[in-house]
Amino acid sequence: MGYEIVARITASVYTSHVPAIGAAIDHGRTGEPYWQPVFKGYERSKAWMKANKPDVIFLIYNDHATAFSLEIIPTFAIGCATEFKPADEGYGARPVPVVKGHPELAAHVAQSVIEDDFDLTIVNKMDVDHGLTVPLSLVCGQPEAWPCPVIPFAVNVLQYPVPSGRRCYQLGKAIRKAVESYDEPLNVHIWGTGGMSHQLQGPRAGLINKAFDNAFLDQLIADPETLAKKPHIDYVREAGSEGIELVMWLIARGAMADAPPRVVHRFYHVPASNTAVGHLILENTR
Amino acid sequence: MALDKPYKDIPGTTIFDAEQSRKGYHLNQFCMSLMKAENRARFKASERAYLDEWPMTEDQKQAVLARDLNRCIELGGNIYFLAKIGATDGKSFQQMAGSMTGMSEEEYRDMMIKGGRSIEGNRYRHEWDTK
Repeated sequence: MGYEIVARITASVYTSHVPAIGAAIDHGRTGEPYWQPVFKGYERSKAWMKANKPDVIFLIYNDHATAFSLEIIPTFAIGCATEFKPADEGYGARPVPVVKGHPELAAHVAQSVIEDDFDLTIVNKMDVDHGLTVPLSLVCGQPEAWPCPVIPFAVNVLQYPVPSGRRCYQLGKAIRKAVESYDEPLNVHIWGTGGMSHQLQGPRAGLINKAFDNAFLDQLIADPETLAKKPHIDYVREAGSEGIELVMWLIARGAMADAPPRVVHRFYHVPASNTAVGHLILENTR
Repeated sequence: MALDKPYKDIPGTTIFDAEQSRKGYHLNQFCMSLMKAENRARFKASERAYLDEWPMTEDQKQAVLARDLNRCIELGGNIYFLAKIGATDGKSFQQMAGSMTGMSEEEYRDMMIKGGRSIEGNRYRHEWDTK
């Protein structure tokens, strides 16, 4: 039997996407005592990214009332455009490179995943906000151009109910199957972003739950099947109303191979603005 | 049959569900309009006149004028949309979040630096009722 020439998902990256982190980078404040510990946690990630540059990044994130208002609220939206501009979120657009897409792979994944019963919304024009660009800045630094094409995949975690953890995990598996049927030997990374514990609204704002976050990281690595069964109420009660973003990490985890992954890097820090920062890099071992 | 909404039992928290979204549609779409610089300028020039262009309730308009974010949320506002009012006012997200807690800006920032608000005593409404 000959070696099959197809695309492969080789690694997954998980990280919070706090907007204040983007502001700290853009305004040259990363060396301040408040921010130093956050960026120190990503030094290893930047080195790993340089040594393990993928051909495409499939980036799961959520839009924060930027590209999508309340006019249309897609649960899962895949970006199929050739490029995506950094959005002006009210403070001016972040001074980061335009995100180049990979329309061929995106269209292929859309077709395969929809045939697998996940009703994606196809987006051919959209600006991308901090949810997508802050993770790129954290792991890729401040290059002239991003190291590879990126397929933005936006999940509704803004209006409740958001997709369940189980649905997200199964979607990840469908994305894996789709990538592995693409006839080009692409090295694909899948990123899950958002979280960890945080609440930005109401008298309970400022909630942080380190025990929940660390248990989530443990289980995401070792037993994602069980983690995927965690109900919504556990996220919002224990990790804050915005902690629900963590379901997006299960999409990336579901796209990894069934064999246990290698943990390349793990980092956790409180706080960045209102939020607990969590970060993992997992590699497939086969 | 009523829908099960267990999250109504979380203290100091309003989950932005389909019901809240319906109530707050015009309030949130007004916020969305502040993404454009010319709209920010018009809003700043005359807040009341700008708000009157939107089919919002009088309560929603008053809550915006007072920058009472808790009230805005109660009336269907979502924090990511309301943040655009804060951006128009030159406020950071931390300033906005802190303004809803009854703490001063400094107290809130200090709480976050010390590890944030603990989950203990903050899971259920009855834990707050006895405070």
